[in-house]
Amino acid sequence: MQELAQAVVGGLASGGIYASLALAIVLIYRSTGVVNFAQGEMATFTTFVCWSLLHHDVSKWLAFGLTLAIAFAGGVALERTIVRPVEQASPAVVVILTIGLLVGLNGLTTAIWSAEVKEFPSAFPERSVEVAGVPVSWQDIGIVGVTLVAVAALAVFFRYTKLGLGLRAAAVNPEASRLVGVRVGWMLALGWGLAATLGALSGILIAPIVSLEPTMMQGVLLYALAAAVLGGLDSPVGAVVGGLALGVGINLLGTYVDAVDANLELAVALLVILAVLLVRPSGLLGRPAVSRV
Amino acid sequence: MAPLLELSAVSARYGSVPVLHDVSLTVDEGEIVAVLGANGAGKTTTLRAISGTVRRRGAIAFAGRRIDRHGPAAVARAGIAHVPEGRGTFSELSVRDNLRLGAYVRNGGFAEDLERVAGYFPWLAERGNQPAGTLSGGEQQMLALARALMAQPRMLLLDEPSLGLAPVVVAELFRIIRELNERGLTVLVVEQNARLALDAASRAYVLETGRVALAGTSEELARDESLRRSYLGY
Amino acid sequence: MRRYVFAVAWRVAALAALAIAILVLPRYVGVFRANQFALVGIFFIALLGLNIVTGHAGQISLAHGAFMAIGGYTTAILVSGGPTLGEPLNLWPNALEGGVRDLWTIPLAGLAAALAGFLFALPALRLTGLYLALATFAIAVATPAVLAKPAEITGGSRGIQLFGLPELSGKGFEQVGFLGHDVPFEDFVYYVTWLIAAALFAAAWLMLNGRIGRAFRAVRDSEVAAAASGVNPAAYKTLAFAVSAFYAGVAGSLYVILNWGAAPRSFPVLLSIQLLIGLVVAGLGSLGTLVLGALFIQFLPEAIRRSGDLGLLPDALQRWGDEPGAPNVVFGAVLVTLVLLLPTGAAGLPRRAAAALTSRRYSQS
Repeated sequence: MQELAQAVVGGLASGGIYASLALAIVLIYRSTGVVNFAQGEMATFTTFVCWSLLHHDVSKWLAFGLTLAIAFAGGVALERTIVRPVEQASPAVVVILTIGLLVGLNGLTTAIWSAEVKEFPSAFPERSVEVAGVPVSWQDIGIVGVTLVAVAALAVFFRYTKLGLGLRAAAVNPEASRLVGVRVGWMLALGWGLAATLGALSGILIAPIVSLEPTMMQGVLLYALAAAVLGGLDSPVGAVVGGLALGVGINLLGTYVDAVDANLELAVALLVILAVLLVRPSGLLGRPAVSRV
Repeated sequence: MAPLLELSAVSARYGSVPVLHDVSLTVDEGEIVAVLGANGAGKTTTLRAISGTVRRRGAIAFAGRRIDRHGPAAVARAGIAHVPEGRGTFSELSVRDNLRLGAYVRNGGFAEDLERVAGYFPWLAERGNQPAGTLSGGEQQMLALARALMAQPRMLLLDEPSLGLAPVVVAELFRIIRELNERGLTVLVVEQNARLALDAASRAYVLETGRVALAGTSEELARDESLRRSYLGY
Repeated sequence: MRRYVFAVAWRVAALAALAIAILVLPRYVGVFRANQFALVGIFFIALLGLNIVTGHAGQISLAHGAFMAIGGYTTAILVSGGPTLGEPLNLWPNALEGGVRDLWTIPLAGLAAALAGFLFALPALRLTGLYLALATFAIAVATPAVLAKPAEITGGSRGIQLFGLPELSGKGFEQVGFLGHDVPFEDFVYYVTWLIAAALFAAAWLMLNGRIGRAFRAVRDSEVAAAASGVNPAAYKTLAFAVSAFYAGVAGSLYVILNWGAAPRSFPVLLSIQLLIGLVVAGLGSLGTLVLGALFIQFLPEAIRRSGDLGLLPDALQRWGDEPGAPNVVFGAVLVTLVLLLPTGAAGLPRRAAAALTSRRYSQS
């Protein structure tokens, strides 16, 4: 029983990290119909920026805050400079572009910080607390909490602010959005900025667990892609639900099925992606896509 | 007095295909003006040239200011609301969010605007949470009009408002358009249904293959036999 | 007609020149270079395969590094003495007997990868565009980890070491007999690679210029139209994936022989992406220029290092050229630049790469 509870809590924690990166993928997918394959590398890069800040004796929370701000600015800048010229091109072109970004950013991270594994401090205390007789680490509680706060903040932003409304409108109908005065180009940039910020958040949360190195996010990206596909690529709620479900599911498999270890967990993500795409491509909560011939 | 909207020798093209050639037209404050013509004559493109959703050359002045270099957002901010063909409602968003988007270029005053607009469309308020895509065609057209009004525009561009609607709904729609006009709103309307448009408008332009072929008051045009036969089809 | 004859003559001459250049090259370079040019041949074979599925059948694949891994591991397991029916596992270093001579494993590696490609294509042929990119990317990420899983067979994360095994030609360090000559191991692998590359090139040429190639391109251009003219899109997509994976498997096998072993990290996601970049650089579709793509993949990292040493880079970037990540920065920059320069142009290479990605969802209405 205790083992089950711990597996679930641990699963929720890793699921929270997958959820924030999945949410980043969904944000960009909704506005442009593109899966940003560079999302993981963007997160890695910003996490290294955070490491450098910490290395220069910037205090922990200030460094985290600065990193999120830098990530936002970086995301906006990437969209305005590199993605914008192909805004009118087919989404397929943009996908290839993000694959180029993936390789380029990976190289840049390695060139600047080297491939050496680095220690990254956790935002949360290393102690545990007993909740209903089950020891739960602050780390897990913190990750789940931060994810929930981020998701709630985004929900409020999208639902109740004018900018959030503009973002939603630009995503569903860019032509009509222009007519009512929404600056669609900047909305796309804003979407990239938000996605980069969410990615940075997931990077900061996971770096203490997997330790910081240039390929750190590649596995996480696969889980996030699986989570986003599971929930529905165009559904932000689906991304969160998918992330948490995947985190818990994989942790339970890892705990109770001996054959499933870290190596096979990636295969589970692969199977989830294949199964969902084949059985229900719109995911659990997404809208079925209308395909034109 | 200078006209509210003035197009002088405006040309537009889609890619390498020219669609408009040196179109000039004026709309005075408080008028309803119709743009008529066959399919592909450039009616829709004329509206898109004004709202900046197509690349154009030539001079476009609105309320004494040049807007021919403005993008769509800036044109909207200048006080022109464009209701595109096919309505351009946000079908995945709620009715209320559609109306909020109408007021996107305005700062504050949403509640008052909503009240004012709901005066014309009383049913809107109670269906605020419904996704716009679940409304009927007529209701969507009304919503599109309501959304345009939320911006408190000085001028309305309407593209084929009667398209695909039942005659009763069309009559109601044009009743509202006339009422809005009586309260001071200037309207430029593109219509396939020439009789309907000439009924509502004081003046009209007839486009043929991207050029202004005829212009005049509604009475003159309605009386013109050759026009009726060749362009208006009745 | 005369024009056609000239065009053919020109191509034959170019091919012959290339063949001679390839044949005599090891006489003029050391084993280190021979090793590198063998790698060029290996990438060339993989690109031939990728070109079939992406360039001609129009199905994007980010998984060809994974198919190489499957071929490579097949060779590594067989050479080191994999499990045989009813016998206990017979693995290096405990037992040096029972392995298969490396050369014999090459076709088996191709077949194993082809089987993997076939099995993947069965579900994947229902995926198009972005979804296919997602699925193949997932395979590229997951495969190395999955291969590491049965550690008693694949050596886990450390992989399988073949150096010194008698099943490995010349044990990796001795002279190897090749067509009556004794040549260094590297030259031997070089010749074997390019011989296989020539055969596979000819096979690809025959296939793509025949009925099957036409069917591939029909499927690429419009599945509906292809189906209407009697081409079964599902069957041809599956065939394209299987054949293409066969090529990748052979490339992976040679890669393992040349490197004396296989490890999960020899086949990272970036390998799959580099292959795609090589294909885009070479221009999708045409077979001959794929050599350029292979040269690009192999020599770009060195070119960057060299340009740093020679002072061709600005001072600030001098040292940077030596950084391990620098080549990938350039790989990424090249792809981004190509996409930006030629987003929709008629001759746009990325456009054709993109066409491979374009699902019906994105088709222009």
